[in-house]
Amino acid sequence: MDAVFLALILMLSIFLGFELISKVPATLHTPLMSGANAISGITIVGALISASSGTEGSDMLATILGAAAVMFATINVVGGYMVTNRMLSMFKKKDVDQSGGKS
Amino acid sequence: MSLEIINLWYVVSAALFIFGLKQLGSPATAVRGNRLSSIAMLIAVVATLFNKDILPWEWIIGAILVGSLVGAITAQKVEMTSMPEMVALFNGSGGIASLMVGWAALYNVGNTTFTDITILLSILIGGMTFSGSILAWGKLSEVINSAAVVFGAQRFVNALILVAIVVCSVMFCLEPAVDSPYLYAVIALALIFGVMAVLPIGGADMPVVISLLNSYSGLAACAAGFAINNNILIVAGSMVGAAGIILTNIMCKAMNRSLGHVLFSGFGAVKEATKVEGEVKPINSEDAFLILEAAQSVSFVPGYGMAVAQAQHVVRELGELLEKNGAEVTYAIHPVAGRMPGHMNVLLAEANVPYDQLVEMEDINPRIDKVDVAVVIGANDVVNPAARNDENSPIYGMPIINVDQAQTVFVLKRSMASGFSGVDNPLFFGDNTRMLFGDAKQSIAAVVAEFKT
Repeated sequence: MDAVFLALILMLSIFLGFELISKVPATLHTPLMSGANAISGITIVGALISASSGTEGSDMLATILGAAAVMFATINVVGGYMVTNRMLSMFKKKDVDQSGGKS
Repeated sequence: MSLEIINLWYVVSAALFIFGLKQLGSPATAVRGNRLSSIAMLIAVVATLFNKDILPWEWIIGAILVGSLVGAITAQKVEMTSMPEMVALFNGSGGIASLMVGWAALYNVGNTTFTDITILLSILIGGMTFSGSILAWGKLSEVINSAAVVFGAQRFVNALILVAIVVCSVMFCLEPAVDSPYLYAVIALALIFGVMAVLPIGGADMPVVISLLNSYSGLAACAAGFAINNNILIVAGSMVGAAGIILTNIMCKAMNRSLGHVLFSGFGAVKEATKVEGEVKPINSEDAFLILEAAQSVSFVPGYGMAVAQAQHVVRELGELLEKNGAEVTYAIHPVAGRMPGHMNVLLAEANVPYDQLVEMEDINPRIDKVDVAVVIGANDVVNPAARNDENSPIYGMPIINVDQAQTVFVLKRSMASGFSGVDNPLFFGDNTRMLFGDAKQSIAAVVAEFKT
């Protein structure tokens, strides 16, 4: 893909990102951050491609780098989404669920 | 699957990421938003795996298994108080992953100079995100001293490193090779630069660092996307980049400091603040109970001290008792309370405080004079009136929650020590201030006990 086209995608997604995220209320900033963290684990896609690029050139190092990158990115993805879900499930509206709350 | 179809699935995935982020805009839909975003990730990964060139299966499955296990265990085990540390570590692992993707991309044949530059960028940003995050984690978990480290020649050293990075990058691009010594130099320099960037930041500025590193981890993914010509990496990476920048900006504004100031100079100690003198008026839990019982409107103002004392559950209990007693109860949260953006909100949500009782600084300040009792728990700088009145104070100009304008203020404090920034707080000497000394959890529990008798 040509560089100008990629740059166009970059520009559009930055603008869109700003629009979407400036609407997130302060209450949700921590889950937003851990959720964003999980999304940055998208490098896993790049890592998967890299891990396989080594096999043709029969270069072991590329495969090892790619596999290690897959592992680190997976930590990000799995950990990030799970902890975000855990946090968001704690946010409850009043009078909806107070079953465990009353003293 | 052909490359076109894989790219088509990436478009679906990008759309779901966008919808997911949009739904994160309200607590009511946020859980669904997070789930959508995770489905988007799954689609992207599965589509990539369908590429027939993806080969060393044993490696990939092994790596995914180990990564999932580590991630899942961490996510389940982590205490809400130590969220900042965990996010710092996750930022770091995203950074190192991008560095490795960039590095491995060098093994592709026929890279253009543009690709080489983006590869270097992904190594650079990834590397500094990694080492910076590890240092930030060390500071947050207090494995190492969390204070800002500033030394005289710092800017000079940083400039030298930057120059060295540029020189090595140029040399590398002139003659790109996987075993070029300049490549190793760039990797080493990136790691050093990450450490140097986080060293001069500490104490109360830590929320800014985490937001910024979060942004870097996204930008690193973005650069890796350019390096391997992959559009989903660019879309998702730049969204994370944008999120981090927005949060960084909010944090800086909430401290009335510019980003440059946070990044390059340690906090405070520039001017001598006006010495505060006066008499503190201590109070015991019995009197505190009598005042609270008569109050129509009570606002809790939590800070990191509440998390340290693990007082959030007993605070919620007191809040419920006050509500039953007919008072309106709110929790006023300053944007930089706690160690990361929104940290207090999560801690209170964990303690079952409904999110509609959590109010922001801008909402509480206009009606603070109608609050009968403001209860400050473990917060200090974010309620310091010196930020409004004392031009010599290092925190002058920082927006604060004006608890001193409430009818009565209770300040829960262990002792008379000053806050994170080391600034004196005239609030403690105010006419309407009552000090409730002792451990926050025990103090509140004592008041709760009074209510129950």
